[in-house]
Parts: sequence; structure tokens; C-alpha cells
Amino acid sequence: MLTFDIQKNPKQAYISMALLLAALIIFPFAAAPFGNSWVRIADLALLYIMLAVGLNIVVGFAGLLDLGYIAFYAVGAYMTGLLASPQFATVLESLINMNPAVGEALAAMLGEDIRTNGIHLSVWVIVPMAAALAGLFGALLGAPTLKLRGDYLAIVTLGFGEIIRIFMNNLNDPVNITNGPQGINLIDPIRVFGVNLAGEQGSRATVFIGSFSMPSVNAYYFLFLVLTIATVFVTTRLQHSRLGRAWVAIREDEIAAKAMGINTRNVKLLAFSMGATFGGVAGAMFASFQGFVSPESFSLTESIAVLAMVVLGGIGHIPGVVLGGALLAALPEILRHVVEPLQMKLFGKVLIESEVLRQLLYGLAMVVIMLTRPAGLWPSPKHEERPDADSDSKGQSTGVMAA
Amino acid sequence: MNEQVILNIEGVNKRFGGLQALTDVRIKINKGQIYGLIGPNGAGKTTFFNVITGLYQPDTGTFELAGKPYSPSAPHAVAKAGIARTFQNIRLFGEMTALENVMVGRHVRSHQGVFGAVFRHKAAREEEAAIRKRAQELLDFVGIGQFASRTSKYLSYGDQRRLEIARALATDPQLLALDEPAAGMNATEKLALRELLVKIKNEGKTVLLIEHDVKLMMGLCDRISVLEYGKLIAEGLPAEIQSNKAVIEAYLGGAH
Amino acid sequence: MDTFIQQILNGLVLGSMYALVALGYTMVYGVLNLINFAHGDVLMIGAMIGLSILNLLGVYAPGLPGYVQLGIAIIGAIPACMIVNILIERIAYRRLRNAPRLAPLITAIGVSYLLQTFAMMIWGRNPLPFPQLLPTEPIMVGGAVISVTQVLLLVLAAVSMFGLVMLVERTRMGRAMRAVAENPRVAGLMGVDSNKIIVATFAIGAALAAVAGVMWGANYASIQFAMGFMPGLKAFCAAVLGGIGNIYGAMIGGIVLGIIEALGAGYIGELTGGFLGSHYQDIFAFIVLILVLTVRPSGIMGERVADRA
Repeated sequence: MLTFDIQKNPKQAYISMALLLAALIIFPFAAAPFGNSWVRIADLALLYIMLAVGLNIVVGFAGLLDLGYIAFYAVGAYMTGLLASPQFATVLESLINMNPAVGEALAAMLGEDIRTNGIHLSVWVIVPMAAALAGLFGALLGAPTLKLRGDYLAIVTLGFGEIIRIFMNNLNDPVNITNGPQGINLIDPIRVFGVNLAGEQGSRATVFIGSFSMPSVNAYYFLFLVLTIATVFVTTRLQHSRLGRAWVAIREDEIAAKAMGINTRNVKLLAFSMGATFGGVAGAMFASFQGFVSPESFSLTESIAVLAMVVLGGIGHIPGVVLGGALLAALPEILRHVVEPLQMKLFGKVLIESEVLRQLLYGLAMVVIMLTRPAGLWPSPKHEERPDADSDSKGQSTGVMAA
Repeated sequence: MNEQVILNIEGVNKRFGGLQALTDVRIKINKGQIYGLIGPNGAGKTTFFNVITGLYQPDTGTFELAGKPYSPSAPHAVAKAGIARTFQNIRLFGEMTALENVMVGRHVRSHQGVFGAVFRHKAAREEEAAIRKRAQELLDFVGIGQFASRTSKYLSYGDQRRLEIARALATDPQLLALDEPAAGMNATEKLALRELLVKIKNEGKTVLLIEHDVKLMMGLCDRISVLEYGKLIAEGLPAEIQSNKAVIEAYLGGAH
Repeated sequence: MDTFIQQILNGLVLGSMYALVALGYTMVYGVLNLINFAHGDVLMIGAMIGLSILNLLGVYAPGLPGYVQLGIAIIGAIPACMIVNILIERIAYRRLRNAPRLAPLITAIGVSYLLQTFAMMIWGRNPLPFPQLLPTEPIMVGGAVISVTQVLLLVLAAVSMFGLVMLVERTRMGRAMRAVAENPRVAGLMGVDSNKIIVATFAIGAALAAVAGVMWGANYASIQFAMGFMPGLKAFCAAVLGGIGNIYGAMIGGIVLGIIEALGAGYIGELTGGFLGSHYQDIFAFIVLILVLTVRPSGIMGERVADRA
């Protein structure tokens, strides 16, 4: 049986993980005969999984319903857009137009190269910066919500997400920072160890490593796979630590947590921050992968999509969240490839577009799961021995749980 | 006899809108005592508890723990200073196991953060092992060591109460404040609780106790204070309290 | 000065619609302590149903005067919205009354999503034009302009709110609603069937949203499946501003928020030296919300507190 529960059955868990890893590594090569699109779907799914695992820290561990999580994805993506594309040249230009004195001074400081070509930092700088910036935003956006109860926290975080999106959509005048609704183009692809993951010019998106070659989507796949594994690893470690326990304590009973000496304000801020950093890194990857960013990728719909993944998979249980992410990210894409042609064959026309199907899936996922299986498809396995008739005293509680 | 004063609180006033919940309440507890706080329902006992432990902000009052002033401004600061409490309506971390609940109690006496969690260097691993060990010891101490891996919401009522006490002890408190730990217990369970409290006292811990069971209190406490309508109406040895007219009137024949 | 009066008028119109929707949020919160996330989409359903009715009338009874057609559209939209909201309560919320806080909220989001999806399936995803049935010549009011549609909107909003106040203050059901909002268990002891009251609360809120929806369409001449989301959110902010759980608060909060938004959108360019434009209009509602929750969580009317110490 496939299991990832290290505590209960370590040997089997590690074997399962090894098997899964092998399958994941083989996947792009197995999918090759069917075209690049499947690996591309997997690339995007991996990004979503990173987001879901990051959101799980906030929603799953700490119990804070963040509906504006996509804002951190946007921060990472737009930061990359500004610092790894020609966009900064445009920023300077518009700044010079608005305020020549300041603009020229800044341009002189940064140099002619940046003025014409923009800033192009390497991925090794961009990723930590994206993580740090997103983490900072996480704390900033979380700070006003610390005293709020669940529903209000959700709405306020939603508001923040929307505010970020509105700013991204409109910060193009007078100084053109985000290039408004059109977004930022020509974002540098990722270059590691001299290898351009989008493939060199004229190679038709093929990446050459030594004598080995693979399509660009495969190269990104392995990069994202490594990052996703790292994300899962880090969050798992966080879960089983003093900090992880503090998060769950706050989720279970904040007053008791305080009484036990937990500085709930700081611990909550940490939850927001840490969750946000994963969003930021995923955002940076997204920007480089896609080559452009625009505000429509960061709407409330996306925040809710990531939330749906966490909820569907199993709030708080990392393997469940990964499953939820994989299902909800890949399924609509798979459906798009399958359902529409199928409908054509069966009915002669498309009754339900894949877009509609996607939304239907997300909506149903949330409602049905909450009504029937609120712990999710794959909740944490219970380790304790279930109480049975002979080990528990009679005269059970009079409904004592937390007031 | 060690006359060191552990808790010295004076002049506490607390008003909620139109209601004066506490009027000039004071308390002085010596190290190693079991100190009782009794009074009819609504007398303000839990309110006083909440004030001492930082859940409510008092209007006035001076607060000293082991000779050092402390500010009851935030519950976590109070816990760090050395007062640990349990709650009238048990507040456990339901989804966590018993062991994990007590491990959370060690939070305030440990310090590993994000770095330690992710990298698990030697110091972090050692601290985590120490936390686990101490938590198991405390579970054994209160008598539920065998339930360490049980999800706490599935424990029996009496065991949940013990768990809450173990968790509070995990913070290495100078003062253990228990809010009606015997509520809802039958006679056998109360006896077991009494034994546990004596055991805790014998370890040198100081205990402040709110309870309704007068018989239990008389046999257990070194000193007792009585509250009624937010005011202190009597204070002294159990025998003195029992024969105090004002107290008898307040209770109109005593509790169950 | 002309701009000022114009913005005030715009704010009143906008605010009236917010008030109508805010009432739905606040009443449901009053009895269930739940934010009906899908309430904004009920407004959308009202607009869509209204549009469908108007289209039908356009085909079968084009001769009818504009007011009558609009009236029929509203009268038709109301029961439809009531049914939708009642179904939502029955299917999605009732089971989760005692569940931990997160569950009903997530379900509500899911319901909102589903409503939008169904609307997308039935009415398509493109914006639909809403017929302009009332005279379009603007009326001059002291240097500013207002359309006949907007006047009708204000009148209908006022009438609806007045009707609601009468219902809540003077009728038996209204008393029962107030009782359930205060203390459901004791209300039950007094013989009030709280389930029935809750259903009635959802129904009334839906009716108000239906009116707002149809008039929204008439005012902006265009509707779309996702149109309910933003107004819904802002109406919720308005409800919090006024004091969540308080009916008068919702009305006041709605109007005030509408005016803040209109004034803000009108003057933000000047206020920020041209850096921010009127596109940032949507932010005001959220800023108001955050300010209220931080500074005075009980809102203008000082009702339920939003946070827990």
C-alpha cells in the first residue's frame, strides 16, 4: 500500500516516496510521445502545488483563512517582472517624464545599460529577493488582521488581495511601474549554471546539457519539481517543530495558547510571512516560465482556486494538500483536452465549455467537501489508538470541549 | 516554614460597563501553599483569575510575583513570568495528542524558531528531545502517561482535566492557578484529584485554586479567601472560614 | 461645487443599492453569525432574471410603459431570488450551523462560485445589455444631473427600507426576528420557530437584493455573471461600517459608503497629485472596512463587536 506516513511505518513510507519520485522523474519522458502539453500542464500544476502547500501553513496549520493569498504570488511575479526584463527602462523613462530632475538623477546613478535595457538580475538573486519581499508583504498584510475573528479576517485578506490587484492594474501612470492591464513582457527565462531553460536562440525551445537534450518544458519541470519537493520538505519540518505546534495551538484555542506563553501576535505574523514566501518564490518562477505577467493571473478567482486545493486535499495535511493541488490544477486542463472533443463526438456540439467545467469543479469541490467530508480527501492519519470500550472510563464527558 | 511570598496582589478593581465586578480585592500566597478561593456563583472568582493572568485588564491593582512586580497586560507575558492556569471549561488543543498538548506547555521555556525547525541542527534536536522527554514525564506524573499518543479530545473528562494540569506544569510555573479543576467530577475522581494536588504541593509548587466543593477545599487548602459580589468577605485558615458568619450567610447552607 | 453635488448624488444612488444588499448581509449575520458570501450573487441573479423577464416582455408586450415593465421585472425577480437564497440556506448552511467557523465560510464561497457558474451556463459569459425603458433625459438638480432611472432607484430603495422597518418594528414576525437575533434559544422557549425565522430572513434579504439587482441593471445598462461579487463585498463593508447585525446600521452604512466612494473617486486625483486616478475607486470600501475593524469594530450604530479579545 502506498503510504507516506513516516511515523507509523517508516520503511514503507520511504519506499512509497522513492516510488513516487521515480514515477515523477520518468513522467516527462513517458509523456513525450504525446506532445509537450502534458508536461506543460504538469509545470503549472507544480506551481499551484507550491502555492497550496504555502497557503496550507496559514489556513491549515494556523487556521487563518487567507483569501488574498494570490497577492504574494503577484508580488513575486511582478518583482521578477521589474528586475528581470526591459520593464525598468520604461519605469525610468516615465519617471523622467514626470519629474525630470529626480528621474535623470536616478538614471545617471543606475547607468546607461539599465536605462536602455532595464534590470536583469540572475535567478539566484531574484528568488531570495522574491521570498524576502513576499515575506515582508505577508507580515504587512497580516498585521491588521491579528485581532480579527475568522470571517472578518477572511474578508480583510480578500480586500488586501483585491487592493494589490487593483494597484497592479493601475500603476502605469504617471510612473509606469506595472504597465497596467497589459502587464510586463519579455521577462528573462531562468538561467542556471549557464543553461538557459527556455533553450538558446534558434534551438526551438530545446535545452542542451552536455550531450543531453530535452524540451524546455521538461527542463522547467525538473526545476519546479525540485522546488516543490523543497517546499514540501521545509513545510513538513515546520509542521513537526515547536513553531508548528504553536500554530496548531493557536488554531485549536487561541486563548489557551496565549495562556501557555505563546506570543500569538508574532506567531501569527510568522505564519503569514512563511506562507507568503512560498507564494513569492512560486510567483518568480511563474514569471520566468511564462515570460510575461498581467493582473488577470492574480485575481480573487486564483486565491479561491488555491484555497479549494487546500480544502479539497485535506486542510493541514501536506500530502493531502499536494493531492488537492495536483487534482484541481491538472484536472481542468485534462478536461479541456478530453471533454470538449468528447462532447463533440457524443452530442455534435460543446454543451459545457471547459472553462465552465473548471469553475463548476471548484465550486462543487468546496461545497461538497465541506458538507460531506470536511477533513478533505486525504486527512491526516490518526495515530492514537481509538478509544474503545475497555480503556475509557464510563461516565463520559458532559460536552466539555473548549468553550 | 518557608515564608517566601509567591503572589502578592493588592487593590484590584475591575468594572465592566455598569457592573463593578471586583472591588479592592487582594491576595497573598506563600510558597508551597495550596491557597483556595471560594464564593457563590458570580462572585468574581474567575474574573479575578482572568485579571491576574492577563486575560482582562484591571482598572487598578499592584501585582507581584516572587517579589518582582509583573504586569498582567498579556497572557503570554504572565505565563513567561511564571503563572500558569487551567480553565473552568477545559481548553485543550483538541486535535493534538496528549503528549503534544504538554509539549506546547514547554513553548515558553524553549526558543527554537524557524531556523531550528527547518535545519534541525544539534541544538534544535536536543531541545526537541528534551521537550518530548519532559512532556512524557509530566504525563506520567499526573497519571495519564499511557495516553501520550491519544488525540486529546478523545480522553475521558477526568483525564482531560489531568492533561490540562500537566500542560500548565510544563511551563515551570511559580504559581499554578486552577479554575474549578473538580467541576463535573464524581467522588472517586475528586479523591484522585486531591491526591494529585497534594503530590504537586509536595514537589514544592504553589497552587491557587478556585473550587465550589467546600469539603474538598477545607481538607486541602492551607488558606482560603472568600469572595462575594466582587468583594473579599473573609480570609484565613479553613477552620476560621468555616465558622465565619458572613461566609455562612453568603452560601446559605454551603455548596454541594 | 457642481462636482461636489454631482458626487453626492452619485453617492446616494450607489449607496442606496449598497444599503439594500447590506441589509441582507446584516440580517443573516444577526440570526446566524454567518457572512452569506453568496449574497452578492443573489443580486446578480435578480438582475439576470429581471433581464430575462424584460426580454420576454419586449417580445410579447412591447407596448407596455417602461415603468410597468420594470415593475413586472422586479416582481418577477423577487420570488426567484427568494427561492435561490432559501435553497442556499437549506442545502449549504443548515447542516453547518454548529460546525467550526471555517466550514460555513468555505461553503459560502463555494456556493458563490456555483451561482456564478450556473449564471454563466444559462446566460453566457459575455456582458448583456439591459434595456433602457425609462426616459433618458437627465433631470437637473442644482447644477448636477440625475436620470429618471436613478430617481426611481432612490424611491424604490426608500420604500423597501421603510417597508422593512415597518416589518421589523411593527409585526409579529419582525419581533420574532429580533428575538432570534438576540438569543435563539430563549426565543425558542417563547414559541418562536427559529428555523422558520431564519428562512424568512434569507427570503427578505433576497427580495431586497432582487430590487437592487434589477435597478443596478437599469442604471448601468449592462450586466454580467460576475457582476455581483464587487457590490456584494462592498455592501458587506457597508454593513460592518454601520454596525453588523443592526438594520439601521446597514442602511446608514450603505449610504455613507456610497458617498465616500463617489467623493473619493471624484477627488482622488486631486488628493494624490495625479498619482492615483479614479480607477482606484474600489479600494475605498476595503480601506473603510479595515479602518472600521481596527478602530471601531462595532461600527456606527455600535452593534455586535467584530472581534474577540
